[in-house]
Amino acid sequence: MNKLNSEIERQTPKRRGLTLSGLEPLIVTPESNFVNVGERTNVAGSKKFLRLINEEKFEEALDIAREQVEGGAQIIDVNMDDGLLDGKKVMVKFLNLIMAEPDIARVPIMIDSSKWDIIEAGLQVVQGKCVVNSISLKEGEEEFIRHAKLVKRYGAAVIVMAFDEDGQADNYERRLEISKRSYDILVNRVKFAPEDIIFDLNIFPVATGMDEHKRNALDFIEATAWVKKNLPHCSVSGGVSNVSFSFRGNNPVREAMHSVFLYHAIKAGMNMGIVNPSMLEVYDNIPKDLLDRVEDVILNRRDDATERLLDFAESVVGNAKERTVDLSWRKNSLQDRITHALVKGVDQYIVEDVEEARQSVAQTIQVIEGHLMIGMNVVGDLFGSGKMFLPQVVKSARVMKKAVAYLLPFIEEEKLASPESEDGNGHAGKILMATVKGDVHDIGKNIVGVVLACNNYEIIDLGVMVPPEKILQTAVDENVDAIGLSGLITPSLDEMAFLAKEMERQNFSIPLLIGGATTSKAHTAVKIDPQYKNTVVHVNDASRAVTVVGDLLQKETSQKYTESVKADYEVFRQQFLKRTKHKEYLSILDARKNKYAIDWQASDITKPYQLGIQIIEDFDLRKLEEILDWTPFFRSWELHGKYPDILNDELVGKQATELFADAQGMLRRIFEEKWLTAKAIYGLFPANTVNDDDIELVDGARKFKFRTLRQQLKKHAGKPNFALADFIAPQETGIQDYIGCFCVTTGFGTEEKAEMFRKDLDDYNSIMVKALSDRLAEAFAEYLHKDVRTKYWGYAADENLSNQELIGEVYKGIRPAPGYPACPDHLEKLTIWEVLGVKEKIGVELTESLAMWPASSVSGYYFAHPEARYFGIGKIKQDQVVNFAERKGISVEEASKWLAPSIADD
Amino acid sequence: MGNIEKIIEERILILDGAMGTMLQRYNFSEADFRGERFKDWPYPLQGNNDLLSLTKPDAIAEVHRKYLEAGADILETNTFSSTTIAMADYHMEELVYDLNYESARIAKEVAEKFTSMCPDKPRFVAGSMGPTNRTASMSPDVNDPGFRAISFEELRKAYKQQAEALLDGGVDVLLVETVFDTLNAKAALFAIEEIKEERNISVPVMVSGTITDASGRTLSGQTAEAFLISISHIPLLSIGLNCALGAKQLTPYLEVLSQKSDAAISAHPNAGLPNAFGEYDETPEQMADQIKEYLEKGLVNIVGGCCGTTEEHIKALADLAKLYDPRKIGSICTTE
Repeated sequence: MNKLNSEIERQTPKRRGLTLSGLEPLIVTPESNFVNVGERTNVAGSKKFLRLINEEKFEEALDIAREQVEGGAQIIDVNMDDGLLDGKKVMVKFLNLIMAEPDIARVPIMIDSSKWDIIEAGLQVVQGKCVVNSISLKEGEEEFIRHAKLVKRYGAAVIVMAFDEDGQADNYERRLEISKRSYDILVNRVKFAPEDIIFDLNIFPVATGMDEHKRNALDFIEATAWVKKNLPHCSVSGGVSNVSFSFRGNNPVREAMHSVFLYHAIKAGMNMGIVNPSMLEVYDNIPKDLLDRVEDVILNRRDDATERLLDFAESVVGNAKERTVDLSWRKNSLQDRITHALVKGVDQYIVEDVEEARQSVAQTIQVIEGHLMIGMNVVGDLFGSGKMFLPQVVKSARVMKKAVAYLLPFIEEEKLASPESEDGNGHAGKILMATVKGDVHDIGKNIVGVVLACNNYEIIDLGVMVPPEKILQTAVDENVDAIGLSGLITPSLDEMAFLAKEMERQNFSIPLLIGGATTSKAHTAVKIDPQYKNTVVHVNDASRAVTVVGDLLQKETSQKYTESVKADYEVFRQQFLKRTKHKEYLSILDARKNKYAIDWQASDITKPYQLGIQIIEDFDLRKLEEILDWTPFFRSWELHGKYPDILNDELVGKQATELFADAQGMLRRIFEEKWLTAKAIYGLFPANTVNDDDIELVDGARKFKFRTLRQQLKKHAGKPNFALADFIAPQETGIQDYIGCFCVTTGFGTEEKAEMFRKDLDDYNSIMVKALSDRLAEAFAEYLHKDVRTKYWGYAADENLSNQELIGEVYKGIRPAPGYPACPDHLEKLTIWEVLGVKEKIGVELTESLAMWPASSVSGYYFAHPEARYFGIGKIKQDQVVNFAERKGISVEEASKWLAPSIADD
Repeated sequence: MGNIEKIIEERILILDGAMGTMLQRYNFSEADFRGERFKDWPYPLQGNNDLLSLTKPDAIAEVHRKYLEAGADILETNTFSSTTIAMADYHMEELVYDLNYESARIAKEVAEKFTSMCPDKPRFVAGSMGPTNRTASMSPDVNDPGFRAISFEELRKAYKQQAEALLDGGVDVLLVETVFDTLNAKAALFAIEEIKEERNISVPVMVSGTITDASGRTLSGQTAEAFLISISHIPLLSIGLNCALGAKQLTPYLEVLSQKSDAAISAHPNAGLPNAFGEYDETPEQMADQIKEYLEKGLVNIVGGCCGTTEEHIKALADLAKLYDPRKIGSICTTE
């Protein structure tokens, strides 16, 4: 039949490439240019984006997405994998908002998560054809097929990671093996369109200083060529910035490395990638000498490629003057020479220098703990602040090792001579290191291992994907001093928390160190620390590990450091929980049923030697000098760091040292010229808990009630809902218990001095006197507490603690202060004032907001029971507010006003 | 019965025209819509055209018959709004299975009668799956752009229920149509894929999108090509466009689909654009004249009518289409 349009010959373009869509299409053909994926809307890669999402500033978060699209990103990667985010919820929320912005939504979305449920939630809200990032054979074929089928059904392309049951592909053969196997399963069994497959063949860093990393870039490039040739129609992608990880901080070198890497990888067939366009140098614009060295490294063209690039890199950052062999540093002091050798990685003179050091000390070990540690701390600080690169640290470690090796025989000899010195094997401690189950990233962990090992720690490295049972069993068998866990991917965070919980359950007491790229102080404080009653420390930088482990394992610092970390995390956690929503709460009645139960019959209650109210006037402030806690002093000047380390801090050390000297000077004058007057009042009274949450105290004919608040957040089974009342014997036990309360001040005179300086246009000293006065008040509270424990109440009469331990609060009993986490209700200060007659007797007043005046004052309660502990109330619910108002005889409105910061918003 | 996948390669297939326009001629009252079965239903029912499959099945069958007599090859079931989501307006979510099953059965019965009379021209039934009255990628609240009145999951469930009942009632093809939000369509396609897997059957699927206005985009903002790519993961019998525009305005977008897709291409435009009174007044001759352009350019495999079209329009199209070869299918993509 000859139809009217039979002559029509329509174009029949041949095409079998990746097609994606947002509001508009994205067609990738073999002729297309490299497809650039925007990476800034990724909470794991952008601190700014994480912060915006955390603070729910979605408008600004959208601006980041928009900037990327405007800046030329053809796809935007969205990642919400953060241990502290409700990833699914924010992924959906953010994608929904993107869909309402046509200038962003025009490009396809890459839904990026290591959690399938987040990916699936994302797929359900995007109309266009997305890219799923990623799936892999990591959890076996069954999971892989299940995910692939769903990806197909939702209509997305997929990134397949070169990863299988045995781990991540880290050489050429493994990349081939895994990609071939993945491809065959997808194409033949799942019937996945081959053009919708994008392989991520793992870009790993080169020039790390480790031999096994030398072929990282070359293996990727060669595997890319193989994949493109043998697995038809698929694409190859990767995160390009990884390759130059060793040179973070040195952008000119990194940019050149990215360009060179891409130049070769694109030639091999890589057609998509996550690249920060501002971190790319035009290949042809790279200076010839830099280009040669970078290509040597990327293509592994010579054995000394890394060293040569490293040397050159220094000149690129502007250290050119160091490049000629300059031996002038040999004329410096011994410590400076040792530090120089460590920082620069020069090992020629190290033996003669440590020998000189050895002869200057009583015990050889002091060279390691002193001279060498000082040098390594500098290395750590430089690395931590991005001024030194990974391979340089490894070189430093090499110098350190050489030095330690030289010193070791002397140490052994001294040990034989005096066998009582502890630590039989000469090691400062034994550290178990492992990358947690399900995670394979270990570069950071290995560096920590190297650095710690040459700081005289014995390292037991269990490798990657280590199951928790193995970690704990080894820890027991080897009797290690600390466990270091590493992980890079988000699920590892849960693993770490689980391990902490297991350590608690199995009664471990050694510290747990947390490190790795996705870990954070926030996550450690909120999710890991509470699982384990002993120390958990987040170590945010490999080179910092030395200091942390040192502080943890050295007897002199351990207690204090541990306590400061614990307290720090507690405060952090409180702040965090304050802004966290959607928690489950118990009614106040149920919370009371879950109170902390002390066995009162078995408790030893000490009757205070001296009941009633006592006043201390004209206290000699000099007594406080040695127990002064300096760390918060520096913090008040916005210098962050722990005293005394802060004095040597690379970044703020100089300022800290100057400040410290000025502070010492002023302290002398405060003492000698009696600038300030210190006073205290305290009382010890018979007391019992009545009606669960009230503490009734008796002072002769007078009776008072402290109204405590109780935690209402729903706890895991076995965890009580604390109230301070739980630490005082209930009336119905028939046991007479006791409570104390106090107020101390060092603030009389402070304001006058501050005002005097201010008038003198000397703000520096005006602030200084206030900051010192605050510190003295805290120290006074500590001092008085000790006297109460050992003398006035006497429940710890035989206590004999060092000042360190005192600051570390290792004593029995607590002194919580109204307005702080355990008793956030400031109203109770009124009761203390009434009980003690604070205002009348020592003159400290309460402002209308219940702040103390003078400001340098501390007030609180004394609880003596050995099980009494600090805790945070967290958020409470309306039923407790109403009940509290009733108990206190105030209106609900008034109670709500005072308790507002503690009332849950949902 | 003939195989639609084979026949569509041989000739241009004619899809029927509007159901609503035809039913308007009956002037059904509220009582007619209710019939005996729903006389005490506590909510007004007039305007629930899909319900007529239960209360006035003869009228539905008669409309189908008229379209087949006009030359249509494919009937659409009277189920455009027969999902729990759309039926919620009438509180008739519980009736969704009956509505789809009955509508399919009625159309199938009429179609089979015609096929048996003339086996050379087998007639097919396409189960119509409309867009619902909610959008999964847009917020109904301008002040809260992140809000969604319906989720993918809710849509998937509703569509699954509809498609299962349509298949039980005997439809030959499923037609996901009047797609103004691609995400809704993806939910429908997801549900259909699930059914195919669970029942171990293969069902031809047609998808027809709606370009809202001269911007050339769907209501949810996609261009025709982006829309095509977004649903390209499903093997489709046809992809096309319907509603919103008249035949003339559809041409450039049909050209895009025809160039980029290896599925059959369908078009069932409205009878022109609505006039000042909201009526579609393009005559059958005018419409056929516009469609002629598609045919001459070899853009389509299936033509039919949407809003405002009647059996006269369909007859005009059918008579014209006979004179032309269909667009060649599957010629775009060639595996090397």
